[in-house]
Amino acid sequence: MPPISFLLLIRFRIPNAIHCQQVGAAGKKTSVEAKTSCCNWQFHPQILETMASIFQGVGAATALSSSTSFDTKKFQFSSRRSLPERKTSFVVVRSGASKMDNGSNRTGGRADHLVTNAVATKYDNPAASTASKPGHELLLFEALREGLEEEMERDARVCVMGEDVGHYGGSYKVTKGLADKYGDLRVLDTPIAENSFTGMGIGAAMTGLRPIIEGMNMGFLLLAFNQISNNCGMLHYTSGGQFKIPVVIRGPGGVGRQLGAEHSQRLESYFQSIPGIQMVACSTPYNAKGLMKAAIRSDNPVILFEHVLLYNLKERIPDEEYVLSLEEAEMVRPGEHVTILTYSRMRYHVMQAAKTLVNKGYDPEVIDIRSLKPFDLYTIGNSIKKTHRVLIVEECMRTGGIGASLTAAITENFHDYLDAPIVCLSSQDVPTPYAGTLEEWTVVQPPQIVAAVEQLCR
Amino acid sequence: MAIWLAGRRGANYFNKTLISTTFIRSLQTSPTVTASDDCIGICRKPYSMFPCGNSSPPAYFRSRRFESSKAQQRLDFSSSDEDEEQIQGMEFPGGKIGFTSEMSFIPESSQKRVQCYRVLDDNGYQLSSTSSLQHVNKEVAMKMYSGMVTLETMDTVLYEAQRQGRITFYLTSFGEEAINLASAAALTSDDLIMPQYREPGVLWWRGFTLQEFVNQCFGNKNDYGKGRQMPIHYGSNKLNYFTVSSPLATQLPQAVGAAYSLKTEKKDACVVAFFGDGSSSEGDFHASLNFAAVMEAPVVFICRNNGWAISTPTTEQFRSDGIVVKGHAYGIRSIRVDGNDALAVYNAVRVARKMAVTEQRPILIEAMTYRVSHHSTSDDSTKYRPVDEIDYWKTSRNPVSIFRKWVERKGWWSDEQESELRADIRKQVINAIQVAEKTEKPALGNMFSDVYEQVPLNLKEQERLIRDTVKRHPQDYPTDVPL
Repeated sequence: MPPISFLLLIRFRIPNAIHCQQVGAAGKKTSVEAKTSCCNWQFHPQILETMASIFQGVGAATALSSSTSFDTKKFQFSSRRSLPERKTSFVVVRSGASKMDNGSNRTGGRADHLVTNAVATKYDNPAASTASKPGHELLLFEALREGLEEEMERDARVCVMGEDVGHYGGSYKVTKGLADKYGDLRVLDTPIAENSFTGMGIGAAMTGLRPIIEGMNMGFLLLAFNQISNNCGMLHYTSGGQFKIPVVIRGPGGVGRQLGAEHSQRLESYFQSIPGIQMVACSTPYNAKGLMKAAIRSDNPVILFEHVLLYNLKERIPDEEYVLSLEEAEMVRPGEHVTILTYSRMRYHVMQAAKTLVNKGYDPEVIDIRSLKPFDLYTIGNSIKKTHRVLIVEECMRTGGIGASLTAAITENFHDYLDAPIVCLSSQDVPTPYAGTLEEWTVVQPPQIVAAVEQLCR
Repeated sequence: MAIWLAGRRGANYFNKTLISTTFIRSLQTSPTVTASDDCIGICRKPYSMFPCGNSSPPAYFRSRRFESSKAQQRLDFSSSDEDEEQIQGMEFPGGKIGFTSEMSFIPESSQKRVQCYRVLDDNGYQLSSTSSLQHVNKEVAMKMYSGMVTLETMDTVLYEAQRQGRITFYLTSFGEEAINLASAAALTSDDLIMPQYREPGVLWWRGFTLQEFVNQCFGNKNDYGKGRQMPIHYGSNKLNYFTVSSPLATQLPQAVGAAYSLKTEKKDACVVAFFGDGSSSEGDFHASLNFAAVMEAPVVFICRNNGWAISTPTTEQFRSDGIVVKGHAYGIRSIRVDGNDALAVYNAVRVARKMAVTEQRPILIEAMTYRVSHHSTSDDSTKYRPVDEIDYWKTSRNPVSIFRKWVERKGWWSDEQESELRADIRKQVINAIQVAEKTEKPALGNMFSDVYEQVPLNLKEQERLIRDTVKRHPQDYPTDVPL
């Protein structure tokens, strides 16, 4: 049986396109148009099954939503062992592509129906000045650059260092044009030694500069762990406050499009324990610029997590200067039934699932936690006190991820307000496979989010 | 390919050991550091410290430049007397390289090791050929010497204090006093020091008092580190001495960063980074030298090659001729000095500093010495090395004694002054210990401050929890730590 379903998978497999056209979903004129460089998300029946193991706190029998609404009883997610059984039924279900839509808004599975277009709802970014004409449109990497440039203009001590940040403009073009404007000493190309240029940034910071250290990919910063943990986080403390380290360490991380295991890491899991640092994750052009500026102005070392797939998101942001708070979470969509906590790219999966949920009659409250260290327990707590149910959706791995810490923090602080155990959807504890299909299954997809909410709200 | 290493004056070249003698010539506009006829090695201008032999073949070095940085115009000397073959070059990224049809491998080591610059012999007599010595005046020499004695005495007393259980840990610098004080004397107070951990003498030179040293060891409330670090992890931003961090070689890239900061501010100062022979194996060492060279950062890297990295001798640490030859590999001007000779260290550091600041380049100094001390109080080095080896260095090659003989012969010092000084310092240190012991520790709140700029909510919460616990169990709370 399994082989047959694999064949069907292959047939339904839509090859990943490196550059996609942005297809506007009909009738969805929204403030945020998501345009990603590669946006072909496919919904496979096997996603549901393989994701089964990462459901926790879910009861023995779970029904998967929408696409399989007529097969609700058949989907048992209690253990992997029932997998082969289900595959048979999947085969029956999936024999026709048209069945996948099932009249719902869920957009996965069709080549021309790009998931990320449907990300935006009118609840997205209530803080952004989206309704008005004023403001200017730009992509997320441009927003980061704008924030960076404004800060470099404002304070001559701000400098950038990293690999290929100077003339090449950065591998994701965040520092494009800055070297020409500020000179190649202030936008410094370094040789390839992450621990050393991070150390260099720390030394420069202790001597009075405010460096922004760019890791070409967050995964490479594992090499800089020694400097980040032992020095960046600690020297302010161990020197008795004599030396401060106002660095910003930033770079793209997260699971991309077939970048391989080493380039698909979620470093926030590893760094979250280091005392003395702050961690924030941006997800929209608006908060990217605001967090970049806040991070640069902060006297603490801040790690700013960007996501490889979000660099081309377009949004209209205000013309006037604004700085966001590093410790605040963002209310993406207020609601009543369940609190969904997420950050970075998963925000978009959640918002997509939210549309489905709204159509089904649920009212999820979506919060982009933004601040990974420390958690904004104030916003989160207020939400929990209102909804009494929590779903955490993250890209980190199950073990030791941000979700794990957040679960612990919420349980400790808001246990009495919970009507159901906290559900945490994460990636599996596996290195990210290169194969596109497998890679997709390591990332939490909207249908699972919908299913989890349904389970939670029973 | 001829490799020219900066050695001291006199004519010791490495070409004898090489099989092939093809020269490399850089014919590009990229800046070339060449030597004029009367200078060996890579001096751009002849320095008085390195008077050179005659008719030395020039050395050609290419340095890589990014297109956007300013091209510095330098004169391109060519002394064609020595060219035996017509150089035909091959263009490669990075410049033209001459080729040869004679296959030759650069040997893994030269027959002769890089020589060591020294001014005084083992008995404190000035070596005859040191005519161009920059004389140290009496004031500086006496401060250097009393610093060396102070360091030695302070180390002795505090080591004993650790053995008595009064402090938890200590690390002595016996045998390396000359490196400590002479380097400090050769610098200005604006120069930034990135220490490893065996350089408290540098801090002393700049004005750190014995009481301040002892306070840090006891971790009391007068410690600038607020009791958060182990003993000997001194730091003082006022005196431009960066707080010691335990992991090895982490200070090296930080030194490059600090130098980068000085470079952007165009300050008349350099960074001096200390490290040991063991640290030269760390990745950070290699990357820092490389970065410093590429960035033309004004850093003086001083390696205290004391022969031992806890129990690992240098023969097991690397197979190169020490650390000095590594500088060449990264395009860094380097010198090897006798680390037990205070005057040699003083001269070398002085010149190195000048070169680093005026030419905006890194310099590497390898100071050869011997670690008379155990690695720290957690180590008993007699377990891995013979006691008579330690004794030999302690008695016959002691930097303090060598320098003492020199100052005594100058008429600046006497035996009575010696015993007076030692007794006085010893008394001061013991007194400082007594004072430090009685001083209370930093308050509990200091456990949570300075983790971040402002104490965040979660830490305030954690502090509250601790205070609650203390309230419930007051008898378990230490009496010398105020709440």
